[in-house]
Amino acid sequence: MTSPATNERMTRLLSLVPYLTARPEGVPLPEVARDFGVPERQLRRDLELLWMCGLPGYGPGDLIDLSFEGDRVRVTFTAGMVRPLRLTTDEAVALVVALRTLLDLPGLAEQEAVSRALAKVSAAAGHAAEGVTPVALSVDAREQALAVVRQGLERGRALHLHYYVPTRDERTERTVDPMRLHLVDGRWYLEAWSREVAGVRLFRLDRIDAVEVLDEPAAPPPQAAPRDVESGVYRPGPDAPVVRLRLARTARWVAEYYPVEEVREVDEPPGGLAVALRTHDLAWARRLVASLGGAATVDEPAGLAQAVAADARAALARYGA
Amino acid sequence: MSAKRAERLVNLVIALLGTRQYVTAAKIRETVPGYEPDDGTARADEAFKRMFERDKAELREMGVPLETGRTSVFDTEDGYRIARADYELPEITLTGEEAAAVGLALRLWESAQLAGAAQSALVKLRAAGVDVDPARAPVSPRLDSDEPAFEPCYAAARDRRVLHFDYRRPDEDAPARRRVQPWGVVAWHGRWYLVGLDLDRQAPRVFRLSRVVGTPKASGPEHAFEPPADVDLAGLVAGAFGGRGEEQLVVVRARPGAAVGLRRWATPLGAGPDGDDRLQLRTTEPWRLADQLAAYGPDVLVESPVAVREAVVERLTRLAAMAPAGDR
Repeated sequence: MTSPATNERMTRLLSLVPYLTARPEGVPLPEVARDFGVPERQLRRDLELLWMCGLPGYGPGDLIDLSFEGDRVRVTFTAGMVRPLRLTTDEAVALVVALRTLLDLPGLAEQEAVSRALAKVSAAAGHAAEGVTPVALSVDAREQALAVVRQGLERGRALHLHYYVPTRDERTERTVDPMRLHLVDGRWYLEAWSREVAGVRLFRLDRIDAVEVLDEPAAPPPQAAPRDVESGVYRPGPDAPVVRLRLARTARWVAEYYPVEEVREVDEPPGGLAVALRTHDLAWARRLVASLGGAATVDEPAGLAQAVAADARAALARYGA
Repeated sequence: MSAKRAERLVNLVIALLGTRQYVTAAKIRETVPGYEPDDGTARADEAFKRMFERDKAELREMGVPLETGRTSVFDTEDGYRIARADYELPEITLTGEEAAAVGLALRLWESAQLAGAAQSALVKLRAAGVDVDPARAPVSPRLDSDEPAFEPCYAAARDRRVLHFDYRRPDEDAPARRRVQPWGVVAWHGRWYLVGLDLDRQAPRVFRLSRVVGTPKASGPEHAFEPPADVDLAGLVAGAFGGRGEEQLVVVRARPGAAVGLRRWATPLGAGPDGDDRLQLRTTEPWRLADQLAAYGPDVLVESPVAVREAVVERLTRLAAMAPAGDR
């Protein structure tokens, strides 16, 4: 791939005249700028440049001609640039892969329309879209809740959720005002104002056991600010208590799976890692340590190891072991 | 890129699109504005040559099908032209619904690896007369964009070139060199993987990009191999994460009201002898299930099969040894 900025401007310059040709009635400049994703100032520079281009001879009748009526721009002479350039392999891949992904997400778009669009785009892309596509996206598609949640968002209605909270291993019921859907790290999340806790929360869709669109309108209060999910969904505060673990070789994956700090290699256990995790939820930490079946030991807090061991002893007693 | 160079490239494309004849470099130099004029000096010739080579490379890089050839047998040197049929995007018309699907789909790449390609694809579709609305749906999909190994792996898979890299699994102390025919890059559960034929093991393998150490290097010619035509990239990644074994039935007893997470996918078998609920679980990964079951502590007791029951007892025994009894 060449430098993206170079390519971007050339693609735009070769596309502007065909774009205007396809819209003979003319287009207001701000709309053109929006369609090409550039500021109006840049668009004007592009149009001025195109005005200097044309067929060899470069006389008045050979140059690209544009006319402005108020804010509207029209093309009156194309110099033979009537269609955009074919899609590159990268462009075809971006389109085809994204549409295929949408095809796997029934709740999100009209499936028939997606497969028709996919067929048309593949045909237009020609050989650029042939063969095995070098990228695939796999997102969680089994979300029964997706279609219902989306309906609530589109119709602007509140939702009633049965929601599973794994850290407390309990099922909760709540009424929420939906705000947005996020796809983060391959999972869907509903961002909503939770009325019970009076705050914005993210609900993982695969943990919604039942959802119902209510008749009442969704009304997130003005203080319901969207969350920034750029840096991930789970962000413990810097003041959250620290849990220090030692991971044996077989549990080192924990360090790539959860946000950890202060990772260092240790000799005990051999090939092990010492990590620090921050969490307000000790029940979660207890579950994590217990699910590692001894491959992680606790350096801190001492009470955590004791709690896990006591649970295990109580369980062993039931097995008669 | 300078405005001068952009102008020259646009003029070059228009000139070569507008002719059926092959146009020689000398003729291009004479007609297309912006090239170093011929003043008879070798320096000017050299400057023109460099400029023209750079322009040709740039256009080819963008996908402009620049042809070389001779119009007649009397021509003494090769010329250039652009065949309109190869240059132009074929007719494409999308209904409003189809265009909306395209708009929504392309948002998947927002701030992710192929964001630039998605944006230029969108520009070209609009230039072809398709009105793609920026999707207004309140949906914001996001892919993990912070993956330096993506670009070289993707490019090698696209160009079908052999790839070398150092790879470190978390349970290994040092990275090991891998040689792979890359079939493709897959986002699975939000993480990126490379799928390909491991040349040293002569078998398909899945590599997590975040475990690649340093920058992968492609070597050898393009189109050096062809992935199996029916390859299912996402399926191979999913398969690499277990689930390939035979399905087993596991029966457990859970205390009433406890083990809510298990109940979400279990089949209830009614009440057990001591007031517990009997639950049936299906799994293809019994050891992973044993990890989960052990984490429920005294709330869950495994009835059968014996192997899973023993695996849970083994885990519990290790956990119990983490702190002395009576210390709570």
